Amino acid sequence: MTATIEKKRAPFPIAFYRSAVGKKWVMALTGIGLILFVVAHMVGNWKIFFPDVDGIPEIDLYAEALRSLLFPLVPEHIVLWILRTGLIAIFLLHIHAAYSLTLMNRRARTERYEGPRTYVAANYASRTMRWSGTIFGFFVLFHLADLTWGAQPAAPATWEHGEVYANFIATFSRAPVTLFYVISMGLLGIHLYHGAWSMFQSLGLNHPRFNAWRKGFAVSLAVFVFVGNAIMPLAVLFGFVA
Amino acid sequence: MKVNLQVWRQEGPEAAGAFKTYEVDKISEEMSFLEMLDILNEQLVNKGEEPIAFDHDCREGICGTCGVMINGQPHGPQLGTATCQLHMRKFDDGATLVVEPWRATGFPLVRDLIVDRSAFDRIIEGGGYISVDTGSAPDANLTPIPKMVADTAFDAAACIGCGACVAACPNGAANLFTAAKISHLNLLPQGQAERWSRTENMVEIMEEYFGSCTNHGECEKACPKSISIDFIAMMNSDYVKAKFKNRRLVAQS
Repeated sequence: MTATIEKKRAPFPIAFYRSAVGKKWVMALTGIGLILFVVAHMVGNWKIFFPDVDGIPEIDLYAEALRSLLFPLVPEHIVLWILRTGLIAIFLLHIHAAYSLTLMNRRARTERYEGPRTYVAANYASRTMRWSGTIFGFFVLFHLADLTWGAQPAAPATWEHGEVYANFIATFSRAPVTLFYVISMGLLGIHLYHGAWSMFQSLGLNHPRFNAWRKGFAVSLAVFVFVGNAIMPLAVLFGFVA
Repeated sequence: MKVNLQVWRQEGPEAAGAFKTYEVDKISEEMSFLEMLDILNEQLVNKGEEPIAFDHDCREGICGTCGVMINGQPHGPQLGTATCQLHMRKFDDGATLVVEPWRATGFPLVRDLIVDRSAFDRIIEGGGYISVDTGSAPDANLTPIPKMVADTAFDAAACIGCGACVAACPNGAANLFTAAKISHLNLLPQGQAERWSRTENMVEIMEEYFGSCTNHGECEKACPKSISIDFIAMMNSDYVKAKFKNRRLVAQS
């Protein structure tokens, strides 16, 4: 059994991505991008709690402003589409890296332990990253069908393009949908609890001065994202926003 | 005291294996886990049965030869302890202990509780060395190294290469072993010349045999030398740097 290092000649970024350490680096960086999106998305949507502006819900104006970012400096919708393309790209990279690392890890232990394992450090969140991530991926598809595309039966019957506030109220007036959203946000929180700590290790960001803060940051972020998102559908369901 | 053992028995790499139950009676609490296995093996030999094959050497926790899964934990339940230093007093009288070999594709099973850990040697060959001039020994303390750095390097160098990190890892990754071996040289002035090629080679050879790290932290808890996963972060950082460094200017950084 002699290991021969075949120097696979490939352009730099591809060669780097071929290694598992490189993939984990990509996982962490795309994870940071996705976290930034999730937080911005959440804070933006808090506009549902704001009063109407001249009879128009503020969130409708916010949505229109997003669609025409930097317009008329640049053609309408173009900035939105650049952002969307970037978001889709990092989401796909995150998924692909996770998928191929999972395959690699399966190959690394083809014969599993026959007896029960006792875990000391691994927690529920760290051991269910693949599940929380996959289920959350399906949630994202449902969420897009529901509030972006207005596709039946995910979307409410009264769905109309541009009527963000009305669609919002209509969709979360359905208790099962609200429940599904809240559960999905719980999964996201669990995913972030491990991910937001793990990314520091993957990026090699380790310093005695801030190591103690890494877990705290992950817990705060997970709670912030869960609570901040879950209050919106719950507020609709319980009639605080109508 | 008395213990009930469920030991993995497998005649060879290709043979089918299974747990076999043994009862070991009248053992002393002061015995190490391996001494308990010795007693059992003696009884097996007297009965004309095949003794249980297990790896062991120094029996003082410094060689890294021994190591089995005991109740689903590498080297058993006591933190920072190799199997040979684990004493029977850690278990309850009449306890049932499930004993299994390390399981990883990179560690093919040889027999019973013995696995082949040559993959670790392949990783070391990739860069676990430094280049020095031969000749007379240099004066002591010729190269100044801050105490903190020397201590950190020594913490990494404490790795005995037992493979518990791989055994503990839900992904079968060898990142803790490789990180320790890379770091104890990368931290010291003597290790700088090969720092980037070492990191690149050892990581890439590791990935041919083992899984990838998902930062569970199980390895750190399983390690008989309690080596910190901080070294994995250092390895990740050095691997990325190795990919970005202009090697012609390495001495300038």
